[in-house]
Amino acid sequence: MGGPVKVRIDPEICQGQGRCFSIAPGIFDFDDLGNGVVIGDGTLTSDTLELARLAQSNCPEHAIFIEE
Amino acid sequence: MTDSPLVQDFATDWDHSDPQWVADPYPIWDDLRQRCPVAHTERYGGGWFPATHAGVSEIAKDTDNFTSRTVVIGNGRPTELDLPAPIGVAPPITSDPPFHAIARRLILPAFAPGPINALEPMIRELCSKLLENMGDADVVNAGTQYAQYIPPGVIRGMLGFPEEDIELFLEFVHIILEGIDHPVEERIIEFEPIEKYFVAQMEDHLDNPRDDLTSYLLNVELDGQNLAMEHVFGTMILILVAGIDTTWSAVGSAIWHLAHHPDDLERLVNEPDLMPVAIEEFLRFYAPVTMARLVKHDMEYQGCPMKVDDWILLGFPAANRDPVAFKDADKFIIDRAENRHVAFGLGIHRCAGSNLARLEMRVALEEFIKRYPRFDLAEPEAVTWAPGQIRGPRNLPIRILH
Ligand code: HEM
Ligand code: SF4
Repeated sequence: MGGPVKVRIDPEICQGQGRCFSIAPGIFDFDDLGNGVVIGDGTLTSDTLELARLAQSNCPEHAIFIEE
Repeated sequence: MTDSPLVQDFATDWDHSDPQWVADPYPIWDDLRQRCPVAHTERYGGGWFPATHAGVSEIAKDTDNFTSRTVVIGNGRPTELDLPAPIGVAPPITSDPPFHAIARRLILPAFAPGPINALEPMIRELCSKLLENMGDADVVNAGTQYAQYIPPGVIRGMLGFPEEDIELFLEFVHIILEGIDHPVEERIIEFEPIEKYFVAQMEDHLDNPRDDLTSYLLNVELDGQNLAMEHVFGTMILILVAGIDTTWSAVGSAIWHLAHHPDDLERLVNEPDLMPVAIEEFLRFYAPVTMARLVKHDMEYQGCPMKVDDWILLGFPAANRDPVAFKDADKFIIDRAENRHVAFGLGIHRCAGSNLARLEMRVALEEFIKRYPRFDLAEPEAVTWAPGQIRGPRNLPIRILH
């Protein structure tokens, strides 16, 4: 186990239909086009990791990545 | 419906307007997934139907080998009168890259969560008015009295067309939806009065700009220039075509489900917070929209000898029932936590209106079960399903239980 766990959205893959920001509005937001964006630098805590994973498992485009 | 001979074997002769497919396509798709993951037909001039999630997603994302030049299967192919790829007749849905991204960018801001969420009070008022008009009858028709009117009412409001024109607007919507697969020459004539009315509305908006979708489309810039009136008109027609019987079908299917699953209805009545999760499962299980592509060139693909201009029937609803992609795919699980359903498509054409569709579904269902917390199917055998690429109940008599 190294540094912090981080979540990111690959903007090339995201098609912006908002499963992530409706499931986890504290972690994800949307831009003017309705594409998903990560709030802040995407660092997850033990409290938010599970919610981020849930959002990840609902993204039909597989655009959400959680990395250590 | 068609007068074509009934299908004997969907693996070699599929037809999405065959009565068996229209009434209950799910067993057909289950069977195909097991023995023939990409089915073939000679009907409509030849075509292929992948029944698996993997097959559907690969094709949806492959714009090199497949074109969106037409997304509705007919007997003909696009003619010279139709705009060719990459633009097509109704950008962005009929556009291929690179033009697609330009056309899509133009409309996305109007359908992003911010502007769409602001519509919630308007949608709620529309739904509660419809319910009020349905009165205290013992049997109501959730299709023809309710679901059918919500999307056109909402889009009329978004476009900022006068409320008193709603009957006229509904008539136009009817002509547009019926005429979608008519030959271009016919369509031009049928659309004449519609174009006249829309142009008058656009002119009024040019003189008196306001905060609505019509003014947005008239003001939006492409390469520093406003869109031509025809482009704005085309976009409005696309929004009507893409946004109406799709959402109407989704709302209808959900009510149909609740009418014969009293446990699910009771949970939704008692646990309003469950609604957003339930909506995703309604979308997965009863995905209303199947799209089409055309094969761009002769090739061997997913093991099939595809020919240029063969149809692909892109079954998002079938992908949603694939047990490889979903646990207990054939079960409706109202609180399904992991749900990567593809009801809104996949890849670059993913539904631009999905925020609106979800909002309409949520408000429509919330208002319906608030007014009628207990109901069932008045005449299960009387329920009819729309044939073709948009599937949902049309006649939906519901008995209100007191
Ligand atoms: C539950 C309701 C709806 C469903 C299931 C649905 C489904 C879909 C699907 C599957 C596609 C992909 C088309 C393709 O791959 O060729 C699509 C595209 C589209 N939808 Fe929807 N739709 C719904 C409601 C709406 C609404 C309400 C609107 C707008 C008012 C809308 C506007 C569009 C547009 C503009 C596109 C084309 C996007 C593009 O090509 O980039 N849809 N829809
Ligand atoms: S759920 Fe996936 S595709 Fe949708 S906005 Fe979020 S990251 Fe993008």
